[in-house]
Amino acid sequence: MSQFQDPEERDKVKGKGSGFSRRGFMQGVGVTGAVAPALIGTDAQAQTAPGVMGPAGVAIVLNINGKATKATVEPRETLLDVLRGQLDITGAKRVCDRGSCGACSVLVNGKVMYACSILAIDAQGKQITTIEGFSITGGKAHPVVTAFVAHDAQQCGYCTPGFVVASKAFLDTHPNPTYEQVQDGLGGNLCRCGTYVGIRKAVLEAAKMMKGGSNA
Amino acid sequence: MPEYRWPDMSKRKVMGQRFSRLDGVEKSSGRAKYSSDLNKPGMLHAVLVTSPHAHAKVRSIDTSAAEKHPGVAAVRVIAPAGTEIQWAGWEVAIIAANTELAARDAAAKVKVEYDVLEHFVREADLKKVKTRAKPAGEQVEGDPEMAAKQADVVSEGYYGIPVLTHCCLETHGNVVQWTPDNKVEFNPSTQSVTSIRGDLARLLSVPAANIHVHQDHVGGGFGSKFQPDRWGLESSQLSKQAGGRPVKIFLDRATELVIGGIRPSGFANIKVGAKKDGTITLWESESWATGGIGGGGSPPIPYVFTKIPNRRQSHSAVSTNTAPSRAWRAPNHQQACYLTCAPLEDLAAKLKMDPVELLIKNAGLTARPDTYVRQLKKAAELSEWSKLWHPRGDAGKGSIRRGLGVGAGTWGGAGHDSTARVTIHPDGTVEVELGSQDLGTGTRTIIAQVAAESLGLRVQDVRVKIGDTNYPPSGTSGGSTTVGGVSSSTRKASLNALEKLYIEVAEALGAPADQLTVAEGKVLVKDNPAKSLPWKAACQKLGVKTISETGSNVPAQAAREGLNTGGVGGVQIADVSVDIETGVVKMNRLVAVQDMGLVINPKTAESQIFGACIMSICGALMEERITDEITGRVLNADMEFYKLAGIKDIGEIVVHLDITEENDKRGVIGLGEPPAVPGIAAISNAVANAIGLRVPTVPMTPMHVLNALAGRKS
Amino acid sequence: MQPFEYASPKTLKEALALLGAGWGDAAVLAGGTDLLSLMKDNVMAPKRLVNVKEIPELKGITKTGAGVRIGAAVTVDELASNALIRASFPALLAAAQGISSMQMRNMGTVGGDLCQRPRCWYFRAGFGLLPTHEGKNLVAEGDSRYHAILGAGPAHFVSASSFGPALIALGAKVKIASAKGTREVEAAKFFVAPQNSETREVALQPNEILTEIVVPVSAAKNATYEIRQKDALDWPLATASVSLTMKGTAVGSARIVLGHVGPTPFDADGAAKWLAGKTITVETAEAAGKAAVESAKPLKDNAYKVQMAAVAVKRALLAAAGVKA
Ligand SMILES: Cc1cc2nc3c(=O)[nH]c(=O)nc-3n(C[C@H](O)[C@H](O)[C@H](O)COP(=O)(O)OP(=O)(O)OC[C@H]3O[C@@H](n4cnc5c(N)ncnc54)[C@H](O)[C@@H]3O)c2cc1C
Ligand code: FES
Ligand code: FES
Repeated sequence: MSQFQDPEERDKVKGKGSGFSRRGFMQGVGVTGAVAPALIGTDAQAQTAPGVMGPAGVAIVLNINGKATKATVEPRETLLDVLRGQLDITGAKRVCDRGSCGACSVLVNGKVMYACSILAIDAQGKQITTIEGFSITGGKAHPVVTAFVAHDAQQCGYCTPGFVVASKAFLDTHPNPTYEQVQDGLGGNLCRCGTYVGIRKAVLEAAKMMKGGSNA
Repeated sequence: MPEYRWPDMSKRKVMGQRFSRLDGVEKSSGRAKYSSDLNKPGMLHAVLVTSPHAHAKVRSIDTSAAEKHPGVAAVRVIAPAGTEIQWAGWEVAIIAANTELAARDAAAKVKVEYDVLEHFVREADLKKVKTRAKPAGEQVEGDPEMAAKQADVVSEGYYGIPVLTHCCLETHGNVVQWTPDNKVEFNPSTQSVTSIRGDLARLLSVPAANIHVHQDHVGGGFGSKFQPDRWGLESSQLSKQAGGRPVKIFLDRATELVIGGIRPSGFANIKVGAKKDGTITLWESESWATGGIGGGGSPPIPYVFTKIPNRRQSHSAVSTNTAPSRAWRAPNHQQACYLTCAPLEDLAAKLKMDPVELLIKNAGLTARPDTYVRQLKKAAELSEWSKLWHPRGDAGKGSIRRGLGVGAGTWGGAGHDSTARVTIHPDGTVEVELGSQDLGTGTRTIIAQVAAESLGLRVQDVRVKIGDTNYPPSGTSGGSTTVGGVSSSTRKASLNALEKLYIEVAEALGAPADQLTVAEGKVLVKDNPAKSLPWKAACQKLGVKTISETGSNVPAQAAREGLNTGGVGGVQIADVSVDIETGVVKMNRLVAVQDMGLVINPKTAESQIFGACIMSICGALMEERITDEITGRVLNADMEFYKLAGIKDIGEIVVHLDITEENDKRGVIGLGEPPAVPGIAAISNAVANAIGLRVPTVPMTPMHVLNALAGRKS
Repeated sequence: MQPFEYASPKTLKEALALLGAGWGDAAVLAGGTDLLSLMKDNVMAPKRLVNVKEIPELKGITKTGAGVRIGAAVTVDELASNALIRASFPALLAAAQGISSMQMRNMGTVGGDLCQRPRCWYFRAGFGLLPTHEGKNLVAEGDSRYHAILGAGPAHFVSASSFGPALIALGAKVKIASAKGTREVEAAKFFVAPQNSETREVALQPNEILTEIVVPVSAAKNATYEIRQKDALDWPLATASVSLTMKGTAVGSARIVLGHVGPTPFDADGAAKWLAGKTITVETAEAAGKAAVESAKPLKDNAYKVQMAAVAVKRALLAAAGVKA
């Protein structure tokens, strides 16, 4: 069984000598005609089975922050890119784009996930909550936000929305966290500026504030 | 002219307070808009095609298929046939299309043929460096031969600190629009809003007056974001080519880690000698470093202990086929600190001497003996040194070995060129405008604090506007010069504006303008405080006028004015536990004792030190750019194998802010860089103390630790 | 990422009908945490993705006659919080908890974990599973710090799954469905070291779906020990999963499986046999660890992993037996 049945793909992976790309960053370079983006030929389309969508744009509806939101997406578009581009909801950031930093964190049916590694088309029918959906409601900041500010848990701030989303999700399931649990809970996010000291304090304080009923 | 001096420490109301940063809610709520968040009508997306080869000549480049790809608006060849590529990641072509996907698809259709040439990408082994090394002349001071003979103890070793990448979370990039009327709107992710306009003017041949640069926030820079960059210029050209449509380009992560900036490496064979009592008498170093094709300059070694009497230093710049280095939070200081403090710790071990004592004993070899002695003692106290430290290797029997280590650093940090404009409106509103930027250091907040303090107002009464070339020019945020620059210019502008206000309200208060002062939201008569006007009422006297005054920090005058200076020392002590069976190093504690000047906001100042310590932990234990000898590429251009510490990987961090009356008198001194220096050395020394031997190179990953323990070469 | 079609069938049957004869035709999409990254890097470019997260047959953790049945689409988080798993399979629990990111645990599935592709940096850069460049063996001659020390054959990547070793140690079986029917494979046989760059590293055909995993419940003591540099989301450098069936205070029979050190989880048979009849002490555990890595053949840069793997075995055994080091 061939690992890469598709001849074009096989060529590509063998790199035809020197040209294969690293993580898209050298894409296409020197690939002497090997990479043809439109891999989906007419064949595939002719065979299309019921329920199959794409590869061209598909009209979808996403439930984002409680609102049914229309978008037209190719199946290959990630939820993160659709949020940030088409929908101009930019709190979630694209940092690693490979599920290893947490900057793109959103809640899907209440669970925190990496939006860079979810297809937008796959997010249909789910409640998507971005940081915009809860960080400030009715002019009032969420306790996690307030605590992040109070403990200066942000510097450049680019990782911060991801951390706030992860912290909220963490506190939703750990209303009385220990210091240890906070550290274990936030292992899916990275910060380059080094704000972890503030974050640890902020999450513990937010837990107290939330129990005090200042916001939920 | 007003007296610009800072008010006495005891009299300050707003400065020195732990204010939460002004843009905190904006950032933490996800509302802050970074340039990478911008979506403009009609915006095109650009992507780069880069070279997979570390060294090659472009034989041919064919963009015709890419140009025909649906949605493509403009294509540019950056490296035409004949170009000699010197590193993998070199920009070859750039494409703008309606969507990012279309641009990527089209990029894959660019056909480039290369004549691949031999490359060289790894510099750790001096024997393999050969012709790629360019030796700089040897420097000799005193009589190192004699000193070597006379020394009671000589310690020799190989030490290395690798290339790192800045790994800013917001990658490099910009949104740019170059319209047919020859105007350029540029939204970068930069550390230098003001100067980038000048760079663009020169490089695009557009009058500076036609260029507007605006940036609200920047997602990290650390020294790597000063220039408009190749992609900034090329995306500008794409915008022009596309009839003035805005073009957005932000590097993808892999490209960012390859060409978005690196810290040069530093390697050295080092010999140090001392008398039995610990007096250091000898330094010999043969160092080499790379910062890419241009080689790498010598770190300033010996560091801090610069006055070792007998010295011989030689350095070679090693040219590698890797992307060029950029400034890194305290350029060359971490390397120098590691390459000095590690050998000194090894010397202490050989002398069977407590390394803190060794450093104290030799404080006379530094530029500020008193400071270092005081700091060493303070750091020792905070780290429980006398209780926890043990002679090297005496860490008990179990598999977990604990150890402590020390490092010392220094930095300048005087204020840069900066002009601020303070505008007082008749309704009492106050605006402070500067073409500066807030890297996350709290620049906005300290500007507001200084203005509020100077005008007798509260922080919330002042609106700070930065990040725009419509505001007066302010320096690049590098070298920890921002806080000194913008605080001083804001102070001066505020007082200049106030002077004008006094003239306007003098009559109403029945006192000469020079007898007026401000306090607690009022303008009042100095020796008759009962005679006063609330701020708003005072401003109403302006009628239809506004007061708009500037103030500038001029580095050459700054010291005389006393608003800012530079020059600090710092000491850090690390406390680690090493699992000698697995090689895993865990941080218990990192203590940072930081020398400083006047502190405007202890909260954000502390954050800088926390962040710098965490960066040092990453550098000491995890981070390194790994290049591949065979393919010449970077193997870990991602955030999975380019490892950064997470929230549980840092242990406890103890920051001692040296806020004293005496330090305060020095004026403001930058704090972004100094605390980023000593940590790596301190952690390496702590590991050596724990396991009884030196892990010669950082990062001290389990591999390097186990190899060192097994006597294997890494 | 190349364009592709997407389908989200509601039944296993529909899903199977959507798969193709070749790997390039279609790929199963579970959590997507691995697959999408590979597709972004152009290492994989299936023409169709078949989402399996909506298929009831692939969900749930239940007790059956044969043991505990884990649906392939169960997330790592569901696994880690399940009472049955927590009660009987600390080895599996530790592996799940080792994935120290809430996000990853909420997204990643057990099936996806088992089927994820190697993290070898040459493979991810597009040089293939047995990567070469200009006639040079990239792993052997390049940077092999994270590569295999165990396992004969040409493949030097390390199997990325942390669940694999645990499931093998526990004697689990995996169920695989295709349009033609279902088959059952021992977890140990599910992982295969490719002999050439055309084959995959798991015993799946392109038209098959891994549907469930069945773990027999026994009184065996089990544990996993992972050696990780970071506490935050990262990869282990070496792991060991062990299962001990006790006879009184001595070991009756043992299973010792190493992870992240070979192209498949490495079943340290010899070491396990040696342990039979012995009491777990620091000394026997250490000896078993050494025996487990006896056949190790480190590459240029990864000799350090040999000791690590031995230590992982020792510590897993001590943990399973409840002996303090
Ligand atoms: C930084 C980082 C660190 C990590 N650390 C660890 C770790 O320590 N240990 C560990 O085990 N994992 C680790 N992971 C990997 C993570 O656990 C996997 O990405 C995840 O388990 C994959 O699950 P998924 O459901 O998202 O798979 P997907 O990405 O959806 O699929 C992965 C592969 O499996 C195939 N597949 C999925 N389900 C099925 C099925 N039911 N039948 C047939 N084929 C299927 C897909 O076609 C694809 O090829 C780490 C990942 C990252 C990014
Ligand atoms: S951007 Fe999604 S995890 Fe990093
Ligand atoms: S605040 Fe800058 S990356 Fe976290």
